Amino acid sequence: MRRSTTESPALQIVLIAIALLFLAFFLALPLVAVFGEALKAGFGPFLNAVTAPDALSAIKLTLLIAAISVPLNVVFGVAASWAITKFQFPGKSLLISLIDLPFSVSPVVSGLIFVLLFGANGWFGPWLAEHDLKIIFAVPGIVLATVFITFPFVARELIPLMMEQGKDEEEAAISLGASGWQTFRHVTLPNIRWGLLYGVLLCNARAMGEFGAVSVVSGHIRGETNTMPLHVEILYNEYDFVGAFAVASLLAGLALVTLIAKTVLEWRFNLHGSARH
Amino acid sequence: MIRVQNVTKTFGDFAALHGIDLEIKPGEFVALLGPSGSGKTTLLRIIAGLEFQDGGEVLFDGEDVSSRSVGERQVGFVFQQYALFKHMTVAENVAFGLSVRRKGRPPKADIRARAEELLRLVQLDGLGKRYPGQLSGGQRQRVALARALAIEPRLLLLDEPFGALDAKVRKDLRRWLRGLHETMGLTSIFVTHDQEEALELADRVVVMDHGRIEQVGTPEQVYMEPASPFVSNFVGETNQLPGGIHVRPHDIELVASGGIPVVVENVFRRGGSWRVEGRIEGHGNVVEFDVDAAEPAPTLGDTVRIQPLREREFHKHAL
Amino acid sequence: MTASPAAGTRRRWRQPSVLPGLGLTFGLSLGWLTLIVLIPLATIFLKSAGMGWDQFVAVGLSDRALAAYRLSFGTAAAAGLVNAVFGLLVAWVLVRYTFPGQRIIGAIVDLPFALPTAVAGIALTALYSPNGWVGRFLDPLGIKVAFTPIGITVALVFIGLPFVVRSVEPVLADLGKDVEEAAATLGATRLQTFRRVIFPAIAPALLTGFALAFARGVGEYGSVIFISGNMPGRTEIAPLLIVTQLEQYNYDGATAIATVMMLVSFAILLALNVVQAAGRHRYGA
Repeated sequence: MRRSTTESPALQIVLIAIALLFLAFFLALPLVAVFGEALKAGFGPFLNAVTAPDALSAIKLTLLIAAISVPLNVVFGVAASWAITKFQFPGKSLLISLIDLPFSVSPVVSGLIFVLLFGANGWFGPWLAEHDLKIIFAVPGIVLATVFITFPFVARELIPLMMEQGKDEEEAAISLGASGWQTFRHVTLPNIRWGLLYGVLLCNARAMGEFGAVSVVSGHIRGETNTMPLHVEILYNEYDFVGAFAVASLLAGLALVTLIAKTVLEWRFNLHGSARH
Repeated sequence: MIRVQNVTKTFGDFAALHGIDLEIKPGEFVALLGPSGSGKTTLLRIIAGLEFQDGGEVLFDGEDVSSRSVGERQVGFVFQQYALFKHMTVAENVAFGLSVRRKGRPPKADIRARAEELLRLVQLDGLGKRYPGQLSGGQRQRVALARALAIEPRLLLLDEPFGALDAKVRKDLRRWLRGLHETMGLTSIFVTHDQEEALELADRVVVMDHGRIEQVGTPEQVYMEPASPFVSNFVGETNQLPGGIHVRPHDIELVASGGIPVVVENVFRRGGSWRVEGRIEGHGNVVEFDVDAAEPAPTLGDTVRIQPLREREFHKHAL
Repeated sequence: MTASPAAGTRRRWRQPSVLPGLGLTFGLSLGWLTLIVLIPLATIFLKSAGMGWDQFVAVGLSDRALAAYRLSFGTAAAAGLVNAVFGLLVAWVLVRYTFPGQRIIGAIVDLPFALPTAVAGIALTALYSPNGWVGRFLDPLGIKVAFTPIGITVALVFIGLPFVVRSVEPVLADLGKDVEEAAATLGATRLQTFRRVIFPAIAPALLTGFALAFARGVGEYGSVIFISGNMPGRTEIAPLLIVTQLEQYNYDGATAIATVMMLVSFAILLALNVVQAAGRHRYGA
């Protein structure tokens, strides 16, 4: 006899099968296709594609962008989470909704905003031209757009986590004479390290993979303002499919690493007894 | 009539029930009493059909219901945390059992009327349109009860029904439940770890420990004639004297000579008496007993002499 | 090394707290936010406001733009619905059942979050174009996926799924078993219990997941532009129209379209939020 709160084994199997089929078809298949197309012509062309000079500079730029945006957003994310979860102040929920804003705005619109602000005909355009500074169609623009897009990731991971942990431990530390910074380093940081790591992972994955916003602000200048995702688009539009998929597979590989690291982190998280999401 | 025959249940390595035999007469109000882990809730859920036993049978009026699902057994179950459907009104909660019937579902108007009737019975009439989130704990408990009664069950099962409530509300609801049972006469089994509650409400008490029944009897029997040291300790207060002798505090009197010497360690006022705590000279056992407050209180550090008026001896489990 | 002295002057308007650092962290957050979020957003609306109504309508509400809006919002809604159904199924199966490889499946659900949109875009096109991995079987049957709204919907299903699953999972996991047992004791079948007890309890989370997937789908660019075909009036999504305007240096036009998109999205999300809040309020939770 089965328990009153489960379905029949037959139904369970059917439901699991449908779910697995759906996931395999809609999610896994595209991933497989990336690697399949990349290696279609063999390993040689694949290697050539990823070591071509334009590809290499795209890779370098992508790494640079990530190296700048991620730490910036970590600092912000930690500061915002600390402010939101350890204190009471008016406008707290407004702050939280604002943090989520980049998520609900189309990446293209995000890019548009920066063009309106810093483009040649934008508000700051003339001023920038005067001082010989280029933001749009140059690397600073890409950094700015990426920072905007990836800005919620760290905060969104930390806020629920820190809310759940409460402030008892920090208050205890303060009462024992620790300073703000000491409390943060020795009490808060160890408690949030897994969530922080996870937020950094997601932030990084998005920073390296952002396409829409960066496409608008970059000007697609090969060798200079091309990130890896943009380079994929260029190659694809030139019908260099193997090349496009080759570079794409590097990004897909990054995605896999992110997923694996995330799974490992979640597993360790559960071991430490903290709830996830 | 409900009969449980040689029911066993294991969860992995843990043996929750060892060969339980129990018979419950029609209209009885029975308490399953025991500490956590005694198996009382497991037994209740097996009778309900929410769990299935590994061995033995459960019979309702002579019919083996072991293969019947819980919905088919027609039992009303009141859960510890009430398990009310938060997104339905009180009236919808109560009517739920009637509205999901596939065969013989009464027309809507009848269902509504019956729900209202039950809400009147549990003294919640007028609250039908509220949501559970808007009610107090005691009110939610009564909704849970009304909901269980709506399906006209042949057996009512309650799992620690008052556990989550304040002391005062608990007392009121206890009294009220007893009254309800007397009016309705429905066979009922409830699980509790509170022996005061069991003694006050039940026609018969089943004392359980570690998956076994220690004793079945009326509250009087279980209290005055405990069958084992466990029952003696669990039900009511007990003093354990040397030689496996158990004495209730109110069965101890002070004597001028003879008896057992006790060194007084603490004295405090409790109701109309002095509660005296002391240690048996030479043995170290702690004893507690009462002295009428009209008398002067014994002095701390003094040695007094006590005599048990009624005692029970348990040889197997000496101290 | 605390920021308390600075924070002390602000004690009037916020509750005093034991922990230091409010001044510093709040100031930092607000400053960063203003710079990174508020100013950029204000830009859009200010520019729109300064445009003049005729200008706004000429591009923002042109036939081409209207077709693009219909396409973007329509496909996002359709994909959202598909994801609501299958996302619920996936969440259910992950939470309620145990089967081998469960952890891996759980990780795959997050793939759309981790995979760059352009990569997803070309992969989906490779799959569904007429001689693609899947397309070659569908084409003879007359089913065209790539370069049609169906293709766009497929791409949006890909990116929206994690939103639904991750919204529903925690609620499903927290649902107490006793409510289901109660329904069972009252005689409900498993299906009745699902329809009347379980589903209403997870409906808010499902709605949230749908809303998130929808919002993401409307604005999605990279995953869609390769598979959509980009024919104006037929398969041109609104974000692409914005880019096209920008490439022609028609900043006003681009801004007008962006504004319409944002306003409509905002209105829809607000409506969804109101529905949810009304539900919560009613139940007195």
